[in-house]
Amino acid sequence: MISIQGKGVSTGIAIGPLYFYQRAKSEIVRATVKNAEKEWERFKASQEKAIEQLGKLADKAREEAGDEAALLFETHQLMAEDLDYEEAIQGLIEEEFLNAEAAVSDVCAQFAEMFASMDDPYMQARAADVKDVSSRIISILTGAVQGGIDSDVPVILAADDLAPSETVQLDKSKILGFITEGGSGSSHTAILARTMGIPAIIGVGDQIKKEYEGREVIIDGTKGQIIVDSDDNTRKVMLAKLEEQKKTREMLEKLKGLENKTKDGQTIRIYCNIGSPDDVAPVLGNDAGGIGLFRSEFLYLNCDDYPTEDYQFEAYKKVLSDMGDKEVVIRTLDIGADKQIGYFDLPKEENPAMGNRALRICLNRPEIFRTQLRALYRASAFGHLCIMFPMVTSVWEVREAKKMCERVKAELTAEGKAFSNDVQIGIMIETPAAAVMSDRLAKEVDFFSCGTNDLTQYTLACDRQNADLGRFFNPHHPAVLRLLKMVCDNAHKNGIWVGICGELGADLSLTDTFLSIGIDELSVSPRAVLPLRQKVRDTNVAQVRDEVLSSLLGDKTQLS
Amino acid sequence: MKTFEYTITDPVGIHARPAGLLVKEVKKYTSTVTVAKGEKAVNALKLMALMGLGIKQGETVKVTVEGADEDAAAAGIEAFFKANL
Repeated sequence: MISIQGKGVSTGIAIGPLYFYQRAKSEIVRATVKNAEKEWERFKASQEKAIEQLGKLADKAREEAGDEAALLFETHQLMAEDLDYEEAIQGLIEEEFLNAEAAVSDVCAQFAEMFASMDDPYMQARAADVKDVSSRIISILTGAVQGGIDSDVPVILAADDLAPSETVQLDKSKILGFITEGGSGSSHTAILARTMGIPAIIGVGDQIKKEYEGREVIIDGTKGQIIVDSDDNTRKVMLAKLEEQKKTREMLEKLKGLENKTKDGQTIRIYCNIGSPDDVAPVLGNDAGGIGLFRSEFLYLNCDDYPTEDYQFEAYKKVLSDMGDKEVVIRTLDIGADKQIGYFDLPKEENPAMGNRALRICLNRPEIFRTQLRALYRASAFGHLCIMFPMVTSVWEVREAKKMCERVKAELTAEGKAFSNDVQIGIMIETPAAAVMSDRLAKEVDFFSCGTNDLTQYTLACDRQNADLGRFFNPHHPAVLRLLKMVCDNAHKNGIWVGICGELGADLSLTDTFLSIGIDELSVSPRAVLPLRQKVRDTNVAQVRDEVLSSLLGDKTQLS
Repeated sequence: MKTFEYTITDPVGIHARPAGLLVKEVKKYTSTVTVAKGEKAVNALKLMALMGLGIKQGETVKVTVEGADEDAAAAGIEAFFKANL
């Protein structure tokens, strides 16, 4: 039995085989082949496998969302077996003795170029389809694994750390838990694990060895413990804990349908943070009142090129209609810093966390912003939409963004396209500047939502991606909590609501504080909704308020 | 050989999905089917070439069907155009 200690960032216990994440090789090696016939056969076999994979995806899509959804994959199938495409590849292999990977890559570029040069923006976007199909064939040729996991059974996934674009492509049904070598509690792997409600342990360094692959591991996300080849006794203890975990879940189930009301009658809204339209099921499953943060980045991370208005519209529409009349706060594009996307072609920065990111990119490149806002407003006709801008520091930024919204609404009106007139506009409070200026900012918007991860990082000048800074990165720091109170007071003075959509919202040791300062909404991962509801129902705000406020503002403040 | 002409009414023209559906329709028959826009004609089994024609709303295409089942094919494909494009 081998025991490894890491840092638990998502609670729970999981048992399963260990599997190391397989990263796709991005570089294509060019080579001359001797036996062109054999190379051609290699291509044909990969092409066949790609068509088969696409067929399965089409079946799955048809089952889940109907014929229309399946058609995309069927179109990709037809592209993969397209005669011109195939002939061009055959030509390169048989006449120039080029290896199959390079031949597919060259022909892909050629066809993508054909589409890209057409005068119709819709057709130009089809270049992405050709690239998608080709990269599928190339992945099969090079033996890379799509989605990083090639296993028939669910696994405990180990990786050095996962990039946001990698986490969105993971086959979630195959993951029981995460182990990463590096990372931090607010890294994307941690956030994903909490959304999925599965355990995650980070920062294990080189203790997790490649040779353990395939062996049974037990992970305890609460303690940060990993056990490889457990002995019978330990296994029995862990299985009992797993059983207990199930029982707690069952107990929480009973809270469904109840109000988030304290003993003395104060209510708070509990919403969820999600990263893709697929996450709506756990939101409703955990009886959340709405969505307090829908990170729209996944749309951009999932594409090889700027996602079109229609593509975005469909995704927003799905979430809004699935949520019915419940509020859905969609955050506009928040990339830059730790979330980089190739096709945005952003110059490398010395200090990306303070660089060209989020709303700054949107205001500097209005054409990208306009596409997203058009898609959002068109989708607003299908549900209860709130739009939220990230990374605000000044009033003028908000005014400029709102002006864009007005322009988009005027365009849609002129085109006769439907949209809702009740879309709320809000901002993230995640910079100290926004918190300090919240009295002015409150006059511009309908709501605030505090992003505590970034607010902590900027307030404490502490990089949240840096695992070594662990004890300095303290979201309970009075500086952060005082800012939250200030934001809350300024919001209420101006009659707008204020929420928290950072990880801190689910921190049960702060629920008293949030209720005492009067936060109106907490947006947390789906799994955290019911425990939070329990905590709220157990609290008597009148009894704790004085204590909380004096420790926050008075002499009792522990300057940690 | 059978031919017919058709003017596209779909606002986005022959884009990827209808082109894919068209290829699937054509595959049902043994006849050779070509779709022509002006001087440019392509085999209707070739999805990307078909999309490459960039056929838009209001444009007229000429469809030629030739082969053993050309009567049935021409009728089926014309019906497909009317229903989908």
